[in-house]
Amino acid sequence: MNLLALLRVALRALAVNKLRSLLTMLGIIIGVGAVIVMIAVGSGAQARVEEQIRSLGSNLLLILSGATTSGGVRMGFGSNLTLTEDDAAAIPREIPEVMAAPALRGSAQIVWGNQNWSTIIFGVTPEYLEVRQWEIAAGRSFDATDMAGAAKVCLVGQTVARQLFGGVDPVGQSIRVRRVPFTVIGVLVGKGQSMMGSDQDDLVIMPISTARKRVLGAANLAKQRSVGTIWVKVPEGNDMKAAEEQVRGLLRQRHRLQPGQDDDFSLRNLEEVAAAQEASSRVLALLLAAVASVSLVVGGIGIMNIMLVSVTERTREIGLRRAVGARTRDILGQFLVEAVTLSLIGGLAGILLGVGAAYAIAQFAGWRIVLSPDAVILAVAFAFAIGVFFGFYPARKAAYLNPVEALRFE
Amino acid sequence: MAAALIRTRDLARTYQFGDTEVRALDGVTIEVGTGEFVAVMGPSGSGKSTFMNVLGCLDRPSRGEYFLDGHAVAALADDALAAFRNRYIGFVFQNFNLLPRTSALENVELPLIYAGIAARERRLRAAEMIAKVGLAARAHHQPAQLSGGQQQRVAIARALVTRPRLILADEPTGALDSRTSLEIMALLQELNHAGMTVVIVTHETDIARFARRVLRFRDGRIVADEANDPLDAARMFAEEPAHA
Ligand SMILES: Nc1ncnc2c1ncn2[C@@H]1O[C@H](COP(=O)(O)OP(=O)(O)OP(=O)(O)O)[C@@H](O)[C@H]1O
Ligand SMILES: [Mg+2]
Repeated sequence: MNLLALLRVALRALAVNKLRSLLTMLGIIIGVGAVIVMIAVGSGAQARVEEQIRSLGSNLLLILSGATTSGGVRMGFGSNLTLTEDDAAAIPREIPEVMAAPALRGSAQIVWGNQNWSTIIFGVTPEYLEVRQWEIAAGRSFDATDMAGAAKVCLVGQTVARQLFGGVDPVGQSIRVRRVPFTVIGVLVGKGQSMMGSDQDDLVIMPISTARKRVLGAANLAKQRSVGTIWVKVPEGNDMKAAEEQVRGLLRQRHRLQPGQDDDFSLRNLEEVAAAQEASSRVLALLLAAVASVSLVVGGIGIMNIMLVSVTERTREIGLRRAVGARTRDILGQFLVEAVTLSLIGGLAGILLGVGAAYAIAQFAGWRIVLSPDAVILAVAFAFAIGVFFGFYPARKAAYLNPVEALRFE
Repeated sequence: MAAALIRTRDLARTYQFGDTEVRALDGVTIEVGTGEFVAVMGPSGSGKSTFMNVLGCLDRPSRGEYFLDGHAVAALADDALAAFRNRYIGFVFQNFNLLPRTSALENVELPLIYAGIAARERRLRAAEMIAKVGLAARAHHQPAQLSGGQQQRVAIARALVTRPRLILADEPTGALDSRTSLEIMALLQELNHAGMTVVIVTHETDIARFARRVLRFRDGRIVADEANDPLDAARMFAEEPAHA
């Protein structure tokens, strides 16, 4: 009996008890669905982390002003700026090869013509873009001359370019930032969402001297040289941990902290932060994997159970088939194909369910998902293997029924 | 006499039942030639069905020899027996044993599937057999939509479709009324006249009278082997009033 004929026989047998077949498939449907969601969410998280590491720039340390609590949460954001531009200047001086870029942050209303937009202002040094590995999409960056003269020039992120300028090329346009006129000299490439989910492209970048003197003012800046953050770029291949400790030591020394005293700044290795995020999504993936494997095993046992019932119900049919010439392997094949058909249909339904659920998660929870053909192939392979594994025993039982007894079975 | 289609020597089949041994068949030696029509009779439990199962290669004897068309089949393995059943034997059962929810045509096709015949030829041959048993108009009916007599005719078509050498029927009329029984016996006689070897088991003397030879079993042995001048079932069917 060829496979197609066996498949037809199997489909007909399953169609006789549609509800029973459906209920039997449920475990497989849920299991395969969970496998699909698991892989979609898992690889989505992985892709997001990889993308973030790429967008942050690799080998980055982020130093934030202010102490941290034991939980790592920064206290009183912006209220106590303990870092200074001088700290930033000292880092590359004392630790060769690293680059440091201070950044002063504030928010402001910006106006172009009759358009306006609220955004984040970053006052930075020319190194900033290099440290963050941020390319310029159009125009140019500012240089030391602009810095020295506190020139009223700025670069805008993609979101600002889109929201404020619509379709117009921002380069060369004049905007007002807190009523101060600026010339847009460049547009940054898009970086997308940050790890925390904020839009990294919604910003204006300008020389730190300009930001301090003309825009953010001295009101909230206790010290004239203070900054909120310093980004430190460590060359590729260097030991990040060692660099981190060197920077920490240097800052503690500069801030005259006694041994035992807490840091008045917090130091983060961004890859570690990203990795921590990945780890939390891995926990979820693991949870889904547990659900998936339990469902698949339960589904498999369900298939085995229903196949045993089916073999018993159809004992006479088996006897008849044997009487008219079916060999043991014909019967084995028939019931094995039936079990596999059951699990494969369940598997396909599970794929649909899983894809649907993955999209729903992406839609409503805002998680990144990645659906790959590999996951579908894996799911189908799983379903197939379950069908064969749990279908084999009932099929074997059917195949080795004594034909005489099978024909006499009531 | 030409080489016998069936030849058994000292055939025995015992069942172990706890401590006791049931001798369902106890030394049966017999020959049945091609073209015979044999009725097997005997009291319940005398071993008739056991005998048929061994003849049909569904069961193996515990002892003795069985040659089917000259082949020693007593000791063959399962799959070889399946092949013999498919090629040589057509079974007809008391309870028809048609696959439910499967058309008459597909039921008749079934043995051809296991003979490895291609779908198109299967269809043709099955349709031909359905027509031969007079059910062409019912080919696409399912068993539940057919009368008992019609179901048994479908079963006979299924038994014939592989062009076997031997039809084995264990109480083929056991579930049918007398008029329908006549119809089925007429069909079996017609096949026999065309050269088919037929062995039937029956409890009814009226049915045995259509055979040309009657074997009587008792306690697993043949106690009588008589020739019989058969009645003509087709004529009796025609003469019997439809509503007796
Ligand atoms: N599977 C079995 N296990 C044990 N004993 C069996 C088995 N099959 C048949 N027998 C016994 O073998 C004997 C012959 O049985 P068989 O079915 O051949 O009788 P039979 O002549 O066909 O009877 P009936 O006319 O009632 O159909 C009986 O005593 C029966 O109990
Ligand atoms: Mg019997």
